[in-house]
Amino acid sequence: MNMDLSRRSFMKLAGAGVAATSIGALGFGEAEAAEIAHVRPFKLATTTETRQTCPYCSVACGIIIYSKGDVRKGDKAEVVHIEGDVDHPTNRGTLCPKGAALKDFVKSPTRLLYPMHRKPGSDKFERMSWDEALDRIARLMKDDRDANLLLKNEKGLDVNRWTTTGMLAASATSNETAWATFKFAKSIGMVGFDNQARV
Amino acid sequence: MTNAWTDIKNTDLVVVMGGNAAEAHPCGFKWVTEAKAHRGAKLIVVDPRYTRTASVSDFYAPIRQGSDIAFLNGVMKYCIDNGKVQWDYMKAFTNAAFIVKDGFGYKDGLFTGYNEEKRDYDRSTWDYVIGEDGFAVTDPTLEHPRCVWNLLKEHLAPYTPELVEQVCGTPKEKFLKVAEMIAECSSPTKTMTSMYALGWTQHSKGSQNIRAMAMLQLILGNMGVRGGGMNALRGHSNIQGLTDLGLMSHLLTGYLTMPSEKDTDFETYMSTRQFKPLRPGQTSYWQNYRKFMVSFQKAMWGDAATAENGWAFNYLPKLDVPAYDILRMFELMNNGKVNGYLCQGFNPILAFPNRAKITSSLSKLKFMVTMDPLETETSRFWENHGDFNDVDTASIKTEVFQLPTTCFAEEDGSLTNSGRWLQWHWQASSPPGEAKHDSWIVAQIFLRMRELYRKEGGAFPDPILNLTWDYEDENEPTAEELAKEINGRALSDLMDPTDPTKVLVAAGKQVVNFSQLKDDGSTMSGCWIYSGCWNEQGNNMGRRDNHDPDETGAYLGWTFAWPLNRRTLYNRASADINGKPWDPSRKLLEWDGAKWTGYDIPDISPTAKPQDVGPFIMNQEGVSRLFARGMMRDGPFPAHMEPFESPVENVFNRKMRGNPVARVFASDAAQLGTSAEFPYAATSYRLTEHFHYWTKHNRVNSALQPEFFVEISEELAAEKKIEHGGWVRVWSKRGSVKAKAVVTKRIRPLICDGKPVHIVGIPLHWGFTGSAKKGFGPNSLAAFVGDANIETPESKAFLVNIEPSTAPKDKEVNV
Repeated sequence: MNMDLSRRSFMKLAGAGVAATSIGALGFGEAEAAEIAHVRPFKLATTTETRQTCPYCSVACGIIIYSKGDVRKGDKAEVVHIEGDVDHPTNRGTLCPKGAALKDFVKSPTRLLYPMHRKPGSDKFERMSWDEALDRIARLMKDDRDANLLLKNEKGLDVNRWTTTGMLAASATSNETAWATFKFAKSIGMVGFDNQARV
Repeated sequence: MTNAWTDIKNTDLVVVMGGNAAEAHPCGFKWVTEAKAHRGAKLIVVDPRYTRTASVSDFYAPIRQGSDIAFLNGVMKYCIDNGKVQWDYMKAFTNAAFIVKDGFGYKDGLFTGYNEEKRDYDRSTWDYVIGEDGFAVTDPTLEHPRCVWNLLKEHLAPYTPELVEQVCGTPKEKFLKVAEMIAECSSPTKTMTSMYALGWTQHSKGSQNIRAMAMLQLILGNMGVRGGGMNALRGHSNIQGLTDLGLMSHLLTGYLTMPSEKDTDFETYMSTRQFKPLRPGQTSYWQNYRKFMVSFQKAMWGDAATAENGWAFNYLPKLDVPAYDILRMFELMNNGKVNGYLCQGFNPILAFPNRAKITSSLSKLKFMVTMDPLETETSRFWENHGDFNDVDTASIKTEVFQLPTTCFAEEDGSLTNSGRWLQWHWQASSPPGEAKHDSWIVAQIFLRMRELYRKEGGAFPDPILNLTWDYEDENEPTAEELAKEINGRALSDLMDPTDPTKVLVAAGKQVVNFSQLKDDGSTMSGCWIYSGCWNEQGNNMGRRDNHDPDETGAYLGWTFAWPLNRRTLYNRASADINGKPWDPSRKLLEWDGAKWTGYDIPDISPTAKPQDVGPFIMNQEGVSRLFARGMMRDGPFPAHMEPFESPVENVFNRKMRGNPVARVFASDAAQLGTSAEFPYAATSYRLTEHFHYWTKHNRVNSALQPEFFVEISEELAAEKKIEHGGWVRVWSKRGSVKAKAVVTKRIRPLICDGKPVHIVGIPLHWGFTGSAKKGFGPNSLAAFVGDANIETPESKAFLVNIEPSTAPKDKEVNV
């Protein structure tokens, strides 16, 4: 849940303001003003807070992601901190050793950035454009389906079964992605279609 | 889970068996701590290893992996022999009184009807006697010798504490202590919860492990009550969601099932699915199957699905086998019968058993596509990494596409947790580089294929050309659009059944939940059990009211739970036959004379009279099943079976290997080892610092657990002259790995069938990509056989040998 100014960040901003003005009001003068000026503001105060859930196990702990920039406003947003959501009934703000290090997953040095292609027999990946990769995948799939879709069984019954290309779906994707994936896989007649639940 | 994580605080006894929640589900396990601290609950752990869950338990009992049924049957027998049964619950809410057909029996480890050649049972005798009125015959006095209760007692008779010790290696006095603690929960005011995970599922009889505990819970009256239930702690964040949505070979959405070749048309398909009640007045909710199925077909194919064409039934592929499960697909692949494979967020080279076979299979593909936010071993299966991936790169002709996807932080959507809560999350950051949402990638492949079919024609293009894809931007359906489609809407005005002049739901509006779905094509819904998730009230999955009236742990205002926001399944069973809560201090529902009231959404019609309608509304019987009829391939009662690779013989039938009806492909049978060659019983597991093969990409987690190791006992280490921290080689009939040895008191040898059994523990988090040191996984060693009912591989029990060794070698790189 993105909030222009969440309760939490409002408190943080308000707190910082109160401290500054009350110290000033006490009349400590320029030395104190200089002291205040070099105190770094709380770094989360100006970040965007987003309600999220941990993507690892099925406890699905609530987390809050703090980002620089707000994707809702069209900004390029970058995660700067992740912590447990104290409002969440299950984890009440706590996280395990995996959840506590979630930022490392988002910013892992081995995150994939570009579509890559390995030619048959090659010992390396080479960059490929999305268009080229997707066109080629669609062509390979259609050709295989056209060649191998079993339309009827020996009794003449429509079976429309495609066994020569299969898919494993990801049980860390959202329900919504899963539904789009389901529609795609079942409509093309793919039967070798499973997810981690089987394993 | 039948209950929620937050409900565990209501329990009196937690039994962790087949799982290790403190390490694998740490923040959920905190509710066990809560129950211990505030209710005085006790924790029992039964596991081959003294895990971190065991370290905070009140009682720990060791067990040999793969012998859980013998243990649980032993506990059931103990409870029945000692009168520790919640009699009123068991009599009213189970099929104990149902009379079973003559002919059904069990002898020498096998049920009636076994055909060795087919490796299958003729299950025709595994059923009830049906009376002339069409209903099952019962004897509520439980005196009939053929009633389920008496057959169950007979079946359990051999499972004495002595037999449990012989089979499981659990010392008799420890078993009895566990049985005694569990038996206390037969009181209507004491509840036990079962928390299990892959320690129970990854066996060739995994489904029966779970069934055994479910039966025990029914005998004790612990299903449907606060602090009770069967709580499967699912592995991934949305493994529940993907199962619910039917992303499996044999499923459609909401546990509707894929048609087989026997289903020649829509009506034939329906005729075996609209289950009629087997007892008078029962709900048998699947009678509504047609409404959900027609609405599903309308969600898929819209106007192309009509009454005239059987709702486009022939668009669905028909199965000729129970499922093209992952084991079958890789067997086909290894035989050169699969050309293409898409791996979305999945790393089979580390996840599936017999890695050598997986590598060989992938090498025979023409093309493979991976979609993942991270590097995976699978996407680089062709790359040589010395001992860590010893392949001949040039000879592998598979064309590979590695597509970068977003991760959770970069997307909107919902995940279904273990407790069936659909929780919405919001995008927080921008994707790195050119990474794209999985839904975008799937849409792109689909749209490009559709375009090719439009231009060129091809094999049966109809289901592709007519698939509904009416999203505002067809290139990227939004999470909101997809969620609304899952919920379902009216396609024409739905009239109020009590007032035909009144429009209940106008055409185009979201249905409130699945109770409004129709079988005449006037509604659509992608997944009926999720209906209600995004209706005209808005996105119920995004609700964040964390109030909990009377602190029951229900949190009805927090997100959305399927079905109908219900938090505890079978919750009508929390009250007695007259609708009074068994335990007034733990009320969930109560009959007020006219309707069900309480803290949860009733799992029964709100006005169904307690004496008339049973709590298990999905079952034709209205009650739960202690006897499963022919619904499970390997028996209506759980029976002890050894793993396919076991250090000991099956004491019920010394010639029988593994599960007698589990499918084994010929090439895999040849790769099963014996205890003479491979004397040690291996098992696999997670560590708390890692999540599968993802977190080895994280620097923090890699620093916490940097290197692959195996755990062995001091006794085995002494016998094999293995040093703590030294290198060992561990090998099975299928592969070999090298690891650091952790010599520990956490694992002890067990005495099973008169001989010592040493256990080798193998964690599963290493590969050859990421920030951690390169290593191996237990899947290099595990056997390629699956559960007889669902084909989950037997990754928790296999045989290995072990010896001191030297460090593995990486590929030498010439700089």
